[in-house]
Amino acid sequence: MANDKVTNILIVGVGGQGTILASRILAYLAQEDGYDVKVSEIHGMAQRGGSVTTQVRMGKKVYSPLISEGKADIILAFERLEALRSMHYLKKGGIMIVNDQAIEPVPVIMGLQKYPDDIIGRIKAKIPDAIAIDALNIARDCGNDKASNVVLMGVLARKMGYEWDQCMKAIEAKVPAKFLELNKQAFEKGWNAEV
Amino acid sequence: MELKKELLTGNEAIARGAYEAGVTVAAAYPGTPSTEILENLVKYPRVYAQWSPNEKVAMEVGVGASIGGARALVTMKHVGVNVAADPLFTFSYTGVNGGLVLVSADDPGMHSSQNEQDNRNYAKFSKIPLLEPSNSQECKDMIRLGLEISEQFDTPVILRTTTRVNHSQGFVELSDRTDDTPKPYVKNPRKYVTVPAHARALHVLVEERRSKLAEYSETVPVNRIEWADKRIGIITSGISYQNVKEVAPNVSVLKLGMTFPLPEKLIREFASQVNELYVVEELEPFLEDQIRLMGIEVTGKKMFPRIGEISQRILVDKLLSATAYKELIDATVLEDGIEAEKEIPIPLRPPVLCPGCPHRGIFYVLSQLKMTVMGDIGCYTLGALPPLESVDTTICMGASVGSALGMAKAHPEMHGKVVSVIGDSTFLHTGINGLVDIAYNKVPTTTIILDNSTTAMTGHQDHPATGFTLAKEPANQVDLEALCKAIGINRVVVVDAFDIDNLKKIVKEEAEANEPSVIIVKRPCALLIKERSLPYVVDKESCINCNKCMKIGCPALTAGDDGVVVNTALCTGCTLCSKLCPTGALKKEGDVIG
Repeated sequence: MANDKVTNILIVGVGGQGTILASRILAYLAQEDGYDVKVSEIHGMAQRGGSVTTQVRMGKKVYSPLISEGKADIILAFERLEALRSMHYLKKGGIMIVNDQAIEPVPVIMGLQKYPDDIIGRIKAKIPDAIAIDALNIARDCGNDKASNVVLMGVLARKMGYEWDQCMKAIEAKVPAKFLELNKQAFEKGWNAEV
Repeated sequence: MELKKELLTGNEAIARGAYEAGVTVAAAYPGTPSTEILENLVKYPRVYAQWSPNEKVAMEVGVGASIGGARALVTMKHVGVNVAADPLFTFSYTGVNGGLVLVSADDPGMHSSQNEQDNRNYAKFSKIPLLEPSNSQECKDMIRLGLEISEQFDTPVILRTTTRVNHSQGFVELSDRTDDTPKPYVKNPRKYVTVPAHARALHVLVEERRSKLAEYSETVPVNRIEWADKRIGIITSGISYQNVKEVAPNVSVLKLGMTFPLPEKLIREFASQVNELYVVEELEPFLEDQIRLMGIEVTGKKMFPRIGEISQRILVDKLLSATAYKELIDATVLEDGIEAEKEIPIPLRPPVLCPGCPHRGIFYVLSQLKMTVMGDIGCYTLGALPPLESVDTTICMGASVGSALGMAKAHPEMHGKVVSVIGDSTFLHTGINGLVDIAYNKVPTTTIILDNSTTAMTGHQDHPATGFTLAKEPANQVDLEALCKAIGINRVVVVDAFDIDNLKKIVKEEAEANEPSVIIVKRPCALLIKERSLPYVVDKESCINCNKCMKIGCPALTAGDDGVVVNTALCTGCTLCSKLCPTGALKKEGDVIG
């Protein structure tokens, strides 16, 4: 991260997927590096299975908590349709990390709309080095589906060049003690995933 | 000593500010984006924080505490101030004893609201000073400032936030709590009893106060000029300040933290030294109109929208279209990144009733019976969406009950076909009065109370019928059934939310009755139930693919060419779908062989 530049990370997913924990870990890492941080979340209706967006901005001085279209350095997508929906927020040359999981929205479940085929292919057509990972399965291997958020954080933290010890400290600070071992394991699998 | 710095949301910072500034009494009704303020404040020692049944009562609790001499905080979402306006306007006349700050959390863009009214107008209307923080640090600081202004000028103060300020996190420097001993209460009828003779004298004081506050506004540090390139000058407040700094870091800015009354001299000084003058504010031209009345020409709503939030893109686009000094605006904001997907439609992901939601069954019944349903505010507003499509109206908290009466009177021939639906928390908020009206005027309409034992939509807050307080202490519990009877409703029936056949029978009976009736549909919110029962699965042998179960819009059911599939990770085993299945193909896991 260049000193005078703000890094913009957009986290997208579906209500209940744990996007907020990911943003808390990122904010902690940035804070430890001595950066200014702004995080923006929208609550409310999102709790009922809607699309959710969390924005994290870090740098020497951050004014707005919001990321403009085409200005995200990184998109971390917890669900592939949400990755496709938010793709235009990514700047050219930005990093896209997609959890290759589908959560069908109700209009699709009801047969009114179609869940698009080959979303990963469509994303890669525009972002050739987009990373797709099956975080849900990895989390399941660790013993809890809900840890997919931390698997994804493992992928992201390594990609962003953070040190392993820094990350462990962040996880210890932000994850409840009861789930610490599970989450460390999930993070490690994400960190070591071949992507 | 090094100051402790923490990353806090605006709401956490407001709570922290109230704690540090010695607030001892706080009241609120939950409402996005304000809810988390009291949820955080209650965690601090030496602060009494409570949920009130509605915003008017919360305001009155604050008024009483303030007159008593305590520092008080009252918080609500923007539309809550409509409910609290009655005590607020007269409290402006009496003034305070201990300081009082009312937080109005506005929602430009309507992320979770039914309108996007600009509550800054309330400050002008009620002649109360107005503060607008633009980040978490200012949220904390302005609570203290607000309480000081309140006590110094003998007035309540409004702190107006917007969703992006409430729900964004930024660093906040923490301090210790100052003295929190309440001032003594001194009986003073000329100040606090607003009979006309007293109120006439008080109104004179209010106008004098306004002049003094306008003078104060000139020098208060939250109103400041950030001089830079003087070719462009921008007057702004709240979240718009942050967006202006983001896209035009080198222009001169008049940053207003106190936006009523405005500092006229400061504005004139700023205006006189810049070549181009803009006002950037979301929603109404609140600053702009006042500045124009000073005889100063500014560019504002002529180009910036009155609707929704003003994004950095809109800001840059409009500024570039107007300015002669384009080099001062960051045009790269308009550059596109990765191209959006355009070849295929991207399905929407609207919020839905959760799997196992106890509201689903009643809406299915109401849509089957083709009822006209006067709706209300809560998760159950989602009963308006397909496939249930049952709710006809949503106006405001409590409106369902009274409007069902109005509809029944407009169309007597619709008797038996008009009902209202209202949640337990919303009923206690402002639904009771409507039901009193129905009982009093003997109007044969049915009020359906959807009792899920919580305030669900805002994130499960307690209320007077849950048996717990904000601090999670045991509380007296309103008996809704007894309450309805006491009001004068003779027909009150309680039904299980998942007992579809019975629900259908009772709704029909009660709607057709020739007197007012209430149906209480009971089941706790699905998200409150920790122990799940076994999920349902489809017995492929008996599924005839009739899709009847799909009519309830459950996110755990998926229709396919080979029949319906249950997502067992989502299914709560609520039984509803199985009751609609004509062949008994939906069975509890374990009951299916093979």
